[in-house]
Amino acid sequence: MTAAAFVKNELPTKIAVKDLQFFYGDNIALKHVNMSLYANKVTALIGPSGCGKSTLLRVLNRMYDLYPHQRAEGEVLLDGNNILDPRQDLNLLRARVGMVFQKPTPFPMSIYDNIAFGIKLYERLPKSELDGRVETALRGAAIWDEVKDQLSASGLSLSGGQQQRLCIARTVAIHPEVILFDEPCSALDPISTAKVEELIDELKENYTIAIVTHNMQQAARVSEYTAFMYLGELIEFATTPQLFTSPENPRTQNYITGRFG
Amino acid sequence: MADHTVRAYDQELEALGRKIAEMGGIAEKMLSDAMDALANLDANLARATVACDVRLDVLQRDVEEQAIMTLARRQPFAADLREIVAAIRISGDLERVGDLAKNIAKRALKLHAETRMQRAIVGLKSMHETAAMLLKDALDAYAMRDVERARQVWTNDVELDALEDSVFRDLLTFMMEDPRNISFCAHLLFVSKNIERIGDHSTNIAETVVYLVTGEVLPMDRPKGPSPASDFPQPSK
Repeated sequence: MTAAAFVKNELPTKIAVKDLQFFYGDNIALKHVNMSLYANKVTALIGPSGCGKSTLLRVLNRMYDLYPHQRAEGEVLLDGNNILDPRQDLNLLRARVGMVFQKPTPFPMSIYDNIAFGIKLYERLPKSELDGRVETALRGAAIWDEVKDQLSASGLSLSGGQQQRLCIARTVAIHPEVILFDEPCSALDPISTAKVEELIDELKENYTIAIVTHNMQQAARVSEYTAFMYLGELIEFATTPQLFTSPENPRTQNYITGRFG
Repeated sequence: MADHTVRAYDQELEALGRKIAEMGGIAEKMLSDAMDALANLDANLARATVACDVRLDVLQRDVEEQAIMTLARRQPFAADLREIVAAIRISGDLERVGDLAKNIAKRALKLHAETRMQRAIVGLKSMHETAAMLLKDALDAYAMRDVERARQVWTNDVELDALEDSVFRDLLTFMMEDPRNISFCAHLLFVSKNIERIGDHSTNIAETVVYLVTGEVLPMDRPKGPSPASDFPQPSK
């Protein structure tokens, strides 16, 4: 059965996924997925390893295009335009749909340049304006106070939690519209995790957010909507309170209560 | 439902269920003993009933402590979360049922010295039968996870309200007949209120069972009988 999962409400949709199928060579990884990411909301994707949640995330900014033998069918509408269209400008798409990965991936350059690098790819700004953008991005990622006196130090010299927030700052700096988080806290300690969660809460005012996480408590804490995926299918999509207190599908229930095989 | 991957989790939830069942048994027995003590003015039974209440209090604390530990340790979701919330709520209701039964037993002790008036107790007996049935059905509904039965308790409580109303009128009549009945009947008024409250706690348990099984919350406006207080003689102007 395909879970045609649309939560009944009037919220503006930022990204609409329609009948999406995804293939790694001959293997099917996503089966007829239908769902919406609502504007300025946090949507969590949960499910066991290999269920397709990271794959789905990677489709949303066509990260998969970097690899051969991977293809998507169906539609992913960003503000109504199908981003799976071969004519889609990928650089532009990834500027609009930013991504933060599981492991922090700072560039081997200074903290300042980590942020400025991305901005310079898209815009030519005078130094003073660039400084302002870097500061705003670092403030936006709640790391400014910790790094403002060492902007020329290497991004790699920071702690794991700081590196992750640096990567979030780098994402925010180019003013995307959607931010995709792929298990952003799985390598972080609880304090850094709390800071990133607080940040996600603030970011949703300006961005639409999707987050893949194995930590269900985290999904319950940070998101307004949650999608449960299993074996490439979207099993249940509901508001987070609904999904975590009274899920409709027994497979969702089994997964979130720790009763899976 | 399938077992948890972590077996200790299942054991914790089962332990909670067992404790609730034990509390339910004690509360039911306390109620019937208190009413027997009252009907027969049996001081020994009344004292034994009062003494039972301690065990119920201890069990309630156990349930709460264990539920809190499980919440902290497992961070439960969905059916498990409802299971634990239900255990906390139901143990609270049963502890209150025990308190109310204890209060009836205490009044039985006090009435020991008064003149008997068996006909005044008749109405209370049928109230007790109804309340005991509601409590039993609510506890069975919990044990069997039986939503239909729980819903029946929820609607049947209205009968108990009606009985309370008629007991109230009877007792008022006896007091008007002869002022020497007042002290005796005043105690019985409290007993009838206690039994009515036990009915309310039974419906609470029933509501919790519906929530536990379905995740639904029953509407606020439960069917209600007439309020006996509305029959109080109004002061003339």
